[in-house]
Amino acid sequence: MPWRGRDVIDPREFSREDLEALFERADEMRKELSAGSVKRRLDGRIVATAFFEPSTRTRLSFEAAAKRLGADVIGFSAEEGTSVAKGESFVDTIRMLDGYSDLIVVRHKYEGAAMLAAEVAQAPVINGGDGSQHHPTQAMLDLYTVRTLFGSVDGLNFLLLGDLRYARTVASLLRMLTAFRPASVMLSSPPQLRLRDEVREDVESRGLKLIEVPLEEGLSRADVIYVTRIQRERFPDLQEYEKVRGSYRVTRRLLEAYARRGAKVLHPLPRVDELTPDVDNTEFQAYFTQARLGVPLRMALLSLVLGGDGA
Amino acid sequence: MSQGTGGEGRKLLVSKIRDGTVIDHIPAGRALVVLRILGVTGSEGFRVAVVMNVDSARMKVKDIVKLEGYYPRMEDIMKVSLVAPEATVNIVRDYNVVEKRRVEVPKVIEGVLRCPNPTCISRKSGEPVVSRFEVISSSPLRLRCYYCGTELGEREVISQLVGGS
Repeated sequence: MPWRGRDVIDPREFSREDLEALFERADEMRKELSAGSVKRRLDGRIVATAFFEPSTRTRLSFEAAAKRLGADVIGFSAEEGTSVAKGESFVDTIRMLDGYSDLIVVRHKYEGAAMLAAEVAQAPVINGGDGSQHHPTQAMLDLYTVRTLFGSVDGLNFLLLGDLRYARTVASLLRMLTAFRPASVMLSSPPQLRLRDEVREDVESRGLKLIEVPLEEGLSRADVIYVTRIQRERFPDLQEYEKVRGSYRVTRRLLEAYARRGAKVLHPLPRVDELTPDVDNTEFQAYFTQARLGVPLRMALLSLVLGGDGA
Repeated sequence: MSQGTGGEGRKLLVSKIRDGTVIDHIPAGRALVVLRILGVTGSEGFRVAVVMNVDSARMKVKDIVKLEGYYPRMEDIMKVSLVAPEATVNIVRDYNVVEKRRVEVPKVIEGVLRCPNPTCISRKSGEPVVSRFEVISSSPLRLRCYYCGTELGEREVISQLVGGS
């Protein structure tokens, strides 16, 4: 499917060919960035970032990506200070941004918000995260990072660990992985934070086999160790959160004891206490690389959606 | 064409109606749910016959509802299709069936049901958004929210339709 003018809402909408084209464009962006010669492909365009929920990396990497390509950026990063705080509806806010910009990146705590925005807006809408449902651009970034580190996504052993229930990054990564052929996909989580049945059924119906493993076993077999934070903000009951808080922790000692040499730890960040800072200066650390790649990956995405394949 | 009798060629359990609607081939035990969905309480004044757990060539066992002087709206028939996907709706005038329709489970259901996920955008107050479900299976009934992907099963659908929420 052509990229130009396309909404980016659901990770299942992207074929392997779509993603390969995106990753190739991201490689070009990286080269241009390191050579200090980025073409101003989006000169005169305006990108709106409508973040109704907090974000650091997603919003700033989209803004940096847009600016690197010569676009202007408008938007907000909290409901406070906007008419939403006065009671304006989400739909009206999106309509307004649609009139002011060429593309809208939206994040919202309600599932389906980006889908609704795409129905309302004529400009393309990119989902920057909707509740616990989708985060397609994070999944694109995760797979791009894996491809950059290992040369391919196919044939690798993945371990996803932590809050598999509420982390939208996990659901989106699994859904996007169905476009590839990993050797295995292992899951490890506290019982209360196991993957939701609907995500499991969806992913398995698309041919991805998921295996639940104890943490140590998963670590000993994985090439890619994907750690997630417990999504405190998505717990319906904070008492439930307290029960699982601190229930898993990936440390340098644990990795050195069990993980393969050459294995890489990814994390969508922010981290709290599930991934200790003593991993930062080890060979396992790849999460800062992952965060940095957010800019070229999102440059690629913006340039394809706003400019098309030939831009 | 004959009205559903509940006797399948043997003795009639309930006499024929002159004018009104016969809803036949309701899954056994669902007749009262169908009446609740139609909003028929019995206090409307027209005659209502409910026949439950009778033999059926097609379904083995079925329920039938006869409503004298009552004609359902299309919207109501659509709701009935969710709990009785094989039902037939017979419109009767002067003892004859003048129209016979199989209900059809629509592919998409808009506005009738509410997404059970409290953080679905279709539940956000003040937004001009109508709930929308894709029917992924009609028997057993499984619906999926277009916005958040939450699935609804038969029990939840019946509870919403009957409870009026």
